[in-house]
Amino acid sequence: MPENTDALILDAGGAPATTPDGTAVPMDKRDKPRSLWNDAWHDLSRKPIFYISALVILFLIVISFWPSLIASQDPLQCNLINSQNGPSSGHWFGYDQQGCDVYTRTVYGARASVEVGIFSTLGVAVLGALLGGLSGYFGGWLDAIISRVSDIFFGIPILLGGVVFLSAVKGGSVLTVSTFIILLGWPQLARIARGAVITAKEQDYVLAAKALGAGHGRIMLRHIAPNALAPVIVWSTIALGTFISLEATLSFLGVGLKPPAVSWGIDISAAADQIRNAPHMLLWPAGALSVTVLAFILLGDAVRDALDPKLR
Amino acid sequence: MRGAKSAKWVVGAAVIALAATACSSSDDSGSKDKAKSSSGSSDGIVRAWWGDPQNPLEPANTNEVQGGKVLDMIFMNLKEYDATGKAQLEAADSITTTDQQNFTIKIKPDLKFSDGTPVTSSSFVDAWNYGALVTNKQLNSYFFADIDGYKAVHPDDETAAPTAKTMSGLKVVDDHTFTVKLSQKFSTWPDRLGYKAFAPLPKEFFDNHDAYLKKPIGDGPYMIESYTKGASMKLVPNPNYTGPSKPKNKGVLLKVYTSSETAYADLQSGQLDVLDDIPAADLPHVKNDLSGRYLNQPAGIIQTFSFPMYKPEWSKPGMDKVRLGISMAIDRKTITDKIFGGTRTPAQDLTSPVLGAAGGYSTSVCGEACTYDPVKAKQLITEGGGIPGGQMKLGYNADSGSHKEWVDAVCNSINNVLGNNKACVGAPTGTFADFRNQITKGQMTQPFRSGWQMDYPLIDDFITPLYATGGSSNDSKYTNKTVDKLINQANAEPDTAKSIALYQQAEKQVLTDMPIVPLWYQNGQAGWSSKVSNVKENAFSYPIFTDITVN
Amino acid sequence: MGRYVIRRLLQMVPVFIGTTLLIFVMVWGLGDPVAAMFGDRTPDPATAAQIRLEFHLNDPLIQQYWIYMSHVFEGDFGKAWNQQPVTELLKTAYPVTLRLTIVAFVIEAVIGVALGVFAGLRRGRFFDTGVLAMTLIVVSIPTFVTGYVLQYFFGVKWSIVHPSVGEGAPFKDLLMPGLVLAGVSLAYVARLTRTSVAENTRADYLRTAVAKGLPRRRVIVNHMLRNSLIPVVTFLGTDIGNLMAGALVTERIFNIHGVGYQIYQGIVHTSPATVVGFVTILVIIFLLANLLVDLLYAVLDPRIRYA
Repeated sequence: MPENTDALILDAGGAPATTPDGTAVPMDKRDKPRSLWNDAWHDLSRKPIFYISALVILFLIVISFWPSLIASQDPLQCNLINSQNGPSSGHWFGYDQQGCDVYTRTVYGARASVEVGIFSTLGVAVLGALLGGLSGYFGGWLDAIISRVSDIFFGIPILLGGVVFLSAVKGGSVLTVSTFIILLGWPQLARIARGAVITAKEQDYVLAAKALGAGHGRIMLRHIAPNALAPVIVWSTIALGTFISLEATLSFLGVGLKPPAVSWGIDISAAADQIRNAPHMLLWPAGALSVTVLAFILLGDAVRDALDPKLR
Repeated sequence: MRGAKSAKWVVGAAVIALAATACSSSDDSGSKDKAKSSSGSSDGIVRAWWGDPQNPLEPANTNEVQGGKVLDMIFMNLKEYDATGKAQLEAADSITTTDQQNFTIKIKPDLKFSDGTPVTSSSFVDAWNYGALVTNKQLNSYFFADIDGYKAVHPDDETAAPTAKTMSGLKVVDDHTFTVKLSQKFSTWPDRLGYKAFAPLPKEFFDNHDAYLKKPIGDGPYMIESYTKGASMKLVPNPNYTGPSKPKNKGVLLKVYTSSETAYADLQSGQLDVLDDIPAADLPHVKNDLSGRYLNQPAGIIQTFSFPMYKPEWSKPGMDKVRLGISMAIDRKTITDKIFGGTRTPAQDLTSPVLGAAGGYSTSVCGEACTYDPVKAKQLITEGGGIPGGQMKLGYNADSGSHKEWVDAVCNSINNVLGNNKACVGAPTGTFADFRNQITKGQMTQPFRSGWQMDYPLIDDFITPLYATGGSSNDSKYTNKTVDKLINQANAEPDTAKSIALYQQAEKQVLTDMPIVPLWYQNGQAGWSSKVSNVKENAFSYPIFTDITVN
Repeated sequence: MGRYVIRRLLQMVPVFIGTTLLIFVMVWGLGDPVAAMFGDRTPDPATAAQIRLEFHLNDPLIQQYWIYMSHVFEGDFGKAWNQQPVTELLKTAYPVTLRLTIVAFVIEAVIGVALGVFAGLRRGRFFDTGVLAMTLIVVSIPTFVTGYVLQYFFGVKWSIVHPSVGEGAPFKDLLMPGLVLAGVSLAYVARLTRTSVAENTRADYLRTAVAKGLPRRRVIVNHMLRNSLIPVVTFLGTDIGNLMAGALVTERIFNIHGVGYQIYQGIVHTSPATVVGFVTILVIIFLLANLLVDLLYAVLDPRIRYA
């Protein structure tokens, strides 16, 4: 098995019992053995893309909590007289159909959208990766149960699930909406994580680690997780954007965030209807959503690269 | 590798199987569809937009417009409403009474259903008895409630079984004459008979019910040639029809669409000829898109929102001022212009312009109570003690009808008047079923959207069911003895003008109490392709298909 | 292998029971459908009581489920909200949706993988950035807008294609809806492929293959692609269900009376028979797709084996 020596040495690098003596890794670079995660951080901290995307995300979070920093008006102050008027001084991005200021609403919409996006994605990633990982790693009856349950969950239509679940929990908050998205979103990620784990567990370095007597926990965490993470990250960063839109679908169906909540999703779906009459309504919320997704995709790429042992 | 090889084989087989089923099933539908391939307007046929009817096409069981559209084409009633909404005798030769309670109805001789069987007195009597009998589960059975003996076939108590199969008030005299006895005086009752629940039914309906539902038979200007549920219906002129509305085209093809947006795209590209539901977002440019082939006229629909009068916080003394103030805080004109592109007209009474001044429509009944006056509105709401709980939640259902836009606009209008951006917010409910359940069970705690589409163009239809105590659609559970008394007097009054004046008095009283807020009258619209002309709509906003000509 | 497949197929039984029960309970949770039948009018209590009796709405839930299931085993899936037999709806909706799914699936698989491979090979270059930009666009612009805009320009303005899908849903009418439907999935496929390819370009076996002097084409297709496809294939497998059930918006825009549309109608009219019938078949398709994916794993990576 000559082709996986790099990986083998790196993986072994974390284990004190088999610390390599520096034949593969120059001593000047590695005074003491670093763990995989330390390595990743070391790698990340030298990437400009990482800083740029992290800054954008930080900016979004700050705006979420203090929207008045960059918007002086009230997002709920709407006057129908201004309906769909184009840009004017003091209202650079024009008005929506209800006569609300598009810019102000985009700024104030950040909070609900970013919260729903982050909570749902994190929830789905953790739950999906965990269940998918376990079912891929252990296989057998555990795999059968988890996979079949995910099959059933996959079949639940959003409207049905949304109305039943969100009405039952008297929904309408970011938390309930995110919980619902997690509930319906995990099966797909679980399948992807399962597939990645099934591939990873057959790799030679895993077999080697097993042969060396490593426990399940250790193998999963140190050997399989870093190698199976790429598809999970790629899927999650795109899903973040679709979850923010999904919130709009739920609100549109009357079971999502309750009025007078402001979110990009709500504004995007309102703008979609009016695309021929007032395209400017779509530009800002959709643009903000694009930037957010871009930041997370770039961050995800950077993290994935940092975790990839083959790059070193 | 051996494992991999056999896995490859299995996958291959599965893929082939999947592809095979895909092909066979698609070929199936392909060949079926070729047989009834959609006819273009080149052969004189009008292609019109349609939605799936919600119930089987039985006259007494159809309570929504898509089913109603077909019934309108295939049935001729005793009376029919003309383009202005006036009831004219059609299948009936005469309807006479001396006491406003006993009516003698004579049918024109030699009328025939499209299957060739004659239209007789029993065609009507049997149909009405069928519609009234509770075990037939007809949604419109209450239309027969005025006929003597209704209680015996349709007991009020939901557990009681009917004690008779036919109503004692209906008596066949001979093949072309029958008599109707009402349970009380009702002068304008004959004018109701244009409603399709009162249509005659052929023997086939009773003898072979399932076959009938697959292809309903009537005595109207059109007959159904073919009907594919969920897809399309083709209607052709009924050769046995001798009434006044002979079709001026060679037939109508109703096409079921998933949404009116799609139908609008098809209309513009010449795949569709008549669309009577123009999507709201396309209203600003519809005249341009269709080069003026568009009409926008009053329909018998009024939009309102209702207060739950059964909740003390909304009905206690002082709240009348708040309810009035809320009504005056709504800028109806701007909303109808900006949200509805002028396809709604600000309401000035509780009826509809289709009634006409002679029929009881009046622009002065509501007066200042329906006029936007921010200063007075705010003053009234403050005097009355303010909005209960500091916030009102205007309820609507989110699954159909796109109510969100106008609800938000109404709330913004109220909020601007009160200077509080959270005084009024929209409160969506996921499904219409859930929404209606809460209303009928009297569980609403906040105002909710309501609306009324007339069954027949008479003022009583806009008042009695909605505001009489225990009325069939009195959703706010409003009750006022004066109103009840005026309605009873109006029903018994043989002179139409006097009767209407009494209804208007009742209306005035309702608007003083303001259990519901009148918002606007809805218009009927239609757009058509360059291949057809002479498109008009009747008082029910159905296109008058018989008059449409194909160029 | 054979035993593995049989075991998986046997698992359909509990999945079938689980799905029908879960969906049945959920539709029941939507509430009483009778009030809505009367439109904006208060139901007449006696008529409403008769309708409840007909649909067994007064019986305990578990008994309603039992009645439904015993009919299903006789091949009768009950009646939809408008009294149409559900089997009839299934027969008309599934073939149409299947055709749409095939079109969308081919688009997302072929174009998605192609885009992903090129982006992965030219990482950080112009083409890669282009794929990223496309991803951002399809994620942040609603399907409704893409559908509407395409329909308006290609169908109405330039009259290149029919704006809606005609009867029988011919494939040429399904191209545009297929593209719209595939949009977001296309982004997932392209990015998953790109990442996987980029990762594998650095793998040793690839270096070995290149060093051996194999032609570039063979290296990419036989070595790199095959090893990069597992996450993509997994995604595509899970996406079949998404495409079939989640096509509601696309189906509405292009007038396709398919599965998504019928399920939506069933929910709006609170018809358990419609929703349970459609979803159950969907879940079975989903299960078969996943089985197929699992078997493909073994084809793509010979190290993976099934007992």
